[in-house]
Amino acid sequence: MDVRLSPEQQALRDSAAQVVDRLGPHAVGELDDAERAAKLDAAVDASGWRELRTATDDGTPWSSAVEAALVAEELSRGLADAPYLGPTLAAELRRLAGAPSAAAPETIGLAPDLSDLTCRPAGSPVGSSLAIDARHATSALVLVPAVGGGHTVARVTLADPGGQVDLTRTTVAADPAAAVVPLDGADIFLSPRAETRWTALGLALTSAELVGTMRGAVQLATDYAKERRQYGRPIGSFQAVQHLLADALVAVEGASSVALHAAWAVDALPADEALAAGAVAKAYAARAARSVCETAIQVHGGIGNTWECLAHVHLRRALLSGDLLGDAGVNLDRVLAHHGIGDARGVR
Amino acid sequence: MRVEFGDSPEEAAFRTELRAWLVDNNPGLPASSTSDEYWAGQAAWHQALYDAGFFGLSWPTDIGGRALPSVYDVILDDELAAAGAPPRPSLGYLVQGILEHGNADVRSRFLPGIVNGRDRWCQGFSEPDAGSDLAALRTRAERDGDDYVITGHKVWTSYSDVADWCLVLARTDHDVPKHKGISAFRVSMRQPGIEQRPLKMINGITSEFGEVTFDGARVPASDMIGAPGEGWRLAMTVVSHEREPGELGYVGRYRKIVKELGGLVREHPDRYSSEQVRDLGWAIVGSEMLRLHVCRRLSDRLDGVVHGPDGSIDKLLMTEVEQAVGHASLAIGGAAHGAHDDTWLRVYLYSRAQSVMGGTSQVQRNLIATRILELPTS
Repeated sequence: MDVRLSPEQQALRDSAAQVVDRLGPHAVGELDDAERAAKLDAAVDASGWRELRTATDDGTPWSSAVEAALVAEELSRGLADAPYLGPTLAAELRRLAGAPSAAAPETIGLAPDLSDLTCRPAGSPVGSSLAIDARHATSALVLVPAVGGGHTVARVTLADPGGQVDLTRTTVAADPAAAVVPLDGADIFLSPRAETRWTALGLALTSAELVGTMRGAVQLATDYAKERRQYGRPIGSFQAVQHLLADALVAVEGASSVALHAAWAVDALPADEALAAGAVAKAYAARAARSVCETAIQVHGGIGNTWECLAHVHLRRALLSGDLLGDAGVNLDRVLAHHGIGDARGVR
Repeated sequence: MRVEFGDSPEEAAFRTELRAWLVDNNPGLPASSTSDEYWAGQAAWHQALYDAGFFGLSWPTDIGGRALPSVYDVILDDELAAAGAPPRPSLGYLVQGILEHGNADVRSRFLPGIVNGRDRWCQGFSEPDAGSDLAALRTRAERDGDDYVITGHKVWTSYSDVADWCLVLARTDHDVPKHKGISAFRVSMRQPGIEQRPLKMINGITSEFGEVTFDGARVPASDMIGAPGEGWRLAMTVVSHEREPGELGYVGRYRKIVKELGGLVREHPDRYSSEQVRDLGWAIVGSEMLRLHVCRRLSDRLDGVVHGPDGSIDKLLMTEVEQAVGHASLAIGGAAHGAHDDTWLRVYLYSRAQSVMGGTSQVQRNLIATRILELPTS
């Protein structure tokens, strides 16, 4: 056992950090700066990070989930408004089903509460389905029930963006009347075990995102507490404020440890254990993230409750990462089910 | 090297050997820390672990350790928990303090007996008027020929009833700022001039904590640990390690309790409400988090990284988990009104001390705020 990052992994993390620190939004107003966002998108595109989980010749991914998680964490820390999670999870779904890599940008289609992939019979209207992180994407991958169990992979075309909770990523509803179209005309079968592994990656990456979002929020609030003065001194010199921020940092470090393990588990453990590792990480990180982002708002006081303060952008991003493939409660049920207690909704 | 939570071949061999040993050597003590019976059997357990080569894994060989990488302690905690065996004795902080501050003579005379479990030590730090403000301590050590003479009152002294020796912090210089006049000694508990009285804690235990009065107890000057005035620095080394779950081996204790609670729920699932089961769920998630966090911290040590203020983060994580496990014990085990076996109530009540001992949670937050987040001091 040695869970230190390798020099290559450290370099990957540093380069993701550099890109997002240079080109990510540093103020709420910058979210509307299309030129900046296009530069960030181009840099992410050029880096090849969206292809980390596409298949090599022997079907294994180009990079382990640890690398994919490092990028997810850094992009989230800097509130990157360029697609990463959606394309990465779509690529993993194709890889695990043995489908060729996507020819055009795509993402994944989910049930309206985001807790699970959309699953509908082939040829039928897709109904309510949401595609997350869908900027540029014209279609989203969904599932079709297969005869005798398991699923095949299919896609639906996307309609227009609806209301956005997460201001850094675009959620798009599928056209409810659009038919579910099997991939490339053939049945691309996704075994239950492969689907479990896919879910494990989704939980690991969203946990890493939550760690990143939390780190960014703690940094934002700590910087503010050093500058903002009341009663003639920085508010960060008051114990009441110090203890809020200390607790926030503690939560980030705990979440960071479980998220790292979940990412390692995706490629290293049997599918059901990888899922359990993902569920532990997601339950812990989702609960922590809401509280940490709320702390960031509180430390900013009145300003923290205005649209112009970046703290709510962190919270909103955490809400999407948190809900995707199940929030804290869903994943707590998964953990209990893994220990033979209760029956978890949606455990696969 | 890349992130690897799994065992190397050497680690796997060690795990197999340990697992096989535990089959025949698990003393089957009650859930740790919850009964006097546990504390009565603790010394024998320590010696058995040591004699079989499973204690002091990462410490130097000349003091009885095995000089293995620090991550072997994770395997030890894993397997102790899986076997339902008691956790390893929590002595790492004492060993680290003496290793860092003692001279060669002191290290070679004091440490082997601590590591092999033949000498039992207690820690005379806190006093009635020096708790969080430890540097305000008033116990005095006055030079008298080749000896020092100790006078004062120590409290929260773990294992004082069975200890052969006490690591005493005492003031040797009254003319310098309070942090600089303190020295550390190894004082024999087997001498006139020492009285110890057990403290009965809220869960009914009488044999973990005590208070000790020193009235003219003597200690040879050669049993000072570190230089005169170095006592505060030694104390900071000790308490910073005392904050590290990797040093304490508590992960094994939490996982053992959680495993037993899970067994209760599996046996009678309909006896528990969803709220009670959720408390157990969070205890499972927490104890797993702490296990993985210790993997991360002990891996960092492979670089020779010694954690300073980060220990405060780990202490708060450990406290969060201990108290979540305590709440699960109360939820699933129950308060047992009117019953003779109140094991789970004791586990719960014991958990309240974790946010006080080794430095209160409030002190840890102050340290994190000022030394890690670098917030201004008031």
